[in-house]
Amino acid sequence: MEEMIRAENLGYQYGSAGDMRHTALRGINLSIRPGEFVAIIGHNGSGKSTLAKHFNALLVPTSGTVTVKGMKTSDPRNLWRIRQTVGMVFQNPDNQIVATTVEEDVAFGPENLGVPPAEIRRRVREALECVDMVEYVRHAPHLLSGGQKQRVAIAGVVAMRPECIVLDEPTAMLDPSGRQEVMRTITRLNRDEGITVVLITHFMNEAVQADRVIVMESGRIVLDGHPRKVFSEVETLRALRLDVPQVTELAYELNKEGAGLPDGILTVEEFADAIAGASHESRAMEGAEDGRAHPMSIVREGADPARDRRAKNSEGSDRAGCRGRAATAWCGGG
Amino acid sequence: MFGNLTIGQYIPGDSLVHKLDPRVKIFITLVVITVLFLVSTMAGYGLVLLFILGAVLLAHLPMRFVMRGVRPLLFILVLTFGLHLFMNEGRVLFRVGPLVAPYEGAFKGFAMSMRLVLLVLATSILTLSTSPIELTDGIESILSPARVLGVPAHELAMMMTIALRFIPTLLEETDKIMKAQMARGADFETGNVVQKAKSLVPLLVPLFVSAFRRADELAMAMEARCYRGGQGRTRMKQLRVGAKDILAAIGSTAALVAVAVYL
Repeated sequence: MEEMIRAENLGYQYGSAGDMRHTALRGINLSIRPGEFVAIIGHNGSGKSTLAKHFNALLVPTSGTVTVKGMKTSDPRNLWRIRQTVGMVFQNPDNQIVATTVEEDVAFGPENLGVPPAEIRRRVREALECVDMVEYVRHAPHLLSGGQKQRVAIAGVVAMRPECIVLDEPTAMLDPSGRQEVMRTITRLNRDEGITVVLITHFMNEAVQADRVIVMESGRIVLDGHPRKVFSEVETLRALRLDVPQVTELAYELNKEGAGLPDGILTVEEFADAIAGASHESRAMEGAEDGRAHPMSIVREGADPARDRRAKNSEGSDRAGCRGRAATAWCGGG
Repeated sequence: MFGNLTIGQYIPGDSLVHKLDPRVKIFITLVVITVLFLVSTMAGYGLVLLFILGAVLLAHLPMRFVMRGVRPLLFILVLTFGLHLFMNEGRVLFRVGPLVAPYEGAFKGFAMSMRLVLLVLATSILTLSTSPIELTDGIESILSPARVLGVPAHELAMMMTIALRFIPTLLEETDKIMKAQMARGADFETGNVVQKAKSLVPLLVPLFVSAFRRADELAMAMEARCYRGGQGRTRMKQLRVGAKDILAAIGSTAALVAVAVYL
C-alpha cells in the first residue's frame, strides 16, 4: 500500500545560527499509512507540533526528507498539492477562522483552490453536514462555542477534500463537552470518510481512541505502536512524566499486587471484562453471571455521567476515590 | 462593556435597496455625490434630498437612525454656515458688531451645509443597507480592473474582511485584559486625560502582543488552507447584476443627471 506520509531521518533546527539555534527534531523515521488514526503525545517542547507542521510543508526539514504520497515537501512545486492532500487544524479556533460567517469560512479553502462556485456551495454543505454544523451556516463565528468553532475549522479543511487531516492539539482550549464534540467528529471522519488522521494531543483518553500512538521526547520518537502496547509501558511513560489513562494505571497498580490482569487495558469496558474474567476464574464454582454482575455494576458506577462531570472538576481527588472504589470491588470480587 | 457593539452600522433587511447589487449601490452613491457638487440651486438640492428620502423609504430604514449619522457633523455645519454667512458680500441681512451678514452669504452657507448633510445621508444609506461583506466584495469587484495598474484589489478586500472578522475578537480580548489588570489594581477610570491615557499602556501592550501572535497564527492557518493571494481564486458568492440592478442604475442616473443639467 502506498504511504500517506513518510519521514526519513528528519531533523529540524529553529533559528539560523549561534545561541538562537535550537534542535527541535532529530532523526525521525516514520511512516503513516492511508486510513490510519495516529495520535502523537509528548509534553510541551517534545517536538510534536514541529513534526506536525512538517506533514503539510508549513516547515521544511533542515535535514532528511518528508514525503507526502511520494511528493517531497522540500520541493516548492509540490507545495499546494501537499497542502490540499494534508489539511491542518490548529489549537486556537479563533486564530484560524478567516471569514465573518461560518459558510464563508468553510468556503475559504475551496475558493483558494479555484473550485467553481456551484461546486463550492455543494462542498460547504457537505462539510458542514460532516461536522454537524449545518444549522449554523450564516452565524458569525465569534458567537459560537469553542467546540463549534473548532468543528467549523475542521469543516473548512474537509471542504478541501483532503486525504489526511493533521490536528495540532485541537481540544486544548476547549471545555469537556467541546472536547467530546471534536473527538466524535474526528473519529467519524476517520471511520466513515476514511480520512487519515494525525492527532496531536495532551489527553490520554483521546490518544487511546487512535489505532496507533507515537510518544515523543526531546525531538525523538521513543514509543510507537498500538495504544495497548504503548500504554502498557507504564514505567517508561512515567519516566517521561506522561500520564497513562486512569483505568490503565489502575490495572497496572492492581497487577503489581498480583491481580493478574492482562496488560494494556485502555477502557472502562475492557477493565470490567478483565476484572469479571479474573474473578470468574477465582470463583470458578459460582455462576458466571453472578461473578460478572458485581464488578460490572461497580465499574458502571464510574461511567455515570454525573460522576464523570465531577471527575473532570476534581480529577486528582476523584482518581483516588475511583481507585478506592475499584479496589474494594476487587477485594469483594476475589 | 462592549456587548452591545454592532460592526459597521448595517441594518439587515430584505428591501429592494438591500437586494441591489453592492456595485450598483456604490455606483449610484457616486453619482449622487457628483451631482451634489454640480447643482447650485435650491431646487436642485431639494430634488436630491427628495431622491435620498425616497431611497430611505424604499430601504425601510428607520429615519431616526439615518439622521443620527448627521449628528457628529453638527460642529462642521455650524462652522461652514457661519464662515459663508460672514465672508460674502452683498445685500445686508444683519450686522453683528464689525461683521456683516449678507443675503448671499446666508444662501451660500445654507447650500454648503445642505451639500454636506446630503453627502453624509447618501453614503449612510449605502452602509446601512449593505452588509460589510457585500460592500467588501463590491469594492473588490469594482477595483479588480485596476489590478493591471498595480492596485492590490484582492488584498485590500481580504484585509477588510479580516479586520471585520477580528473586531469582536479583539474587543472581547480588550475586555478580558482590562478585567485582569483591574484585578491587579489598575485604575482606568480616575485622573485627568493624561493620567487616563497613561493607564491605558498596561492594556494596549498585551493587546498588541496578542494581536501580533494572532496575526502570525492566522497567516499560518491561511497558508495551510492553500491561500496564495487573489490569483486563480474563485468566490462562492458571485455578484450578479440583474434586471432590477440595471433598471435602478439607469433610472437613478437619468434622474440625477437631469437634476444636474437643468438646475
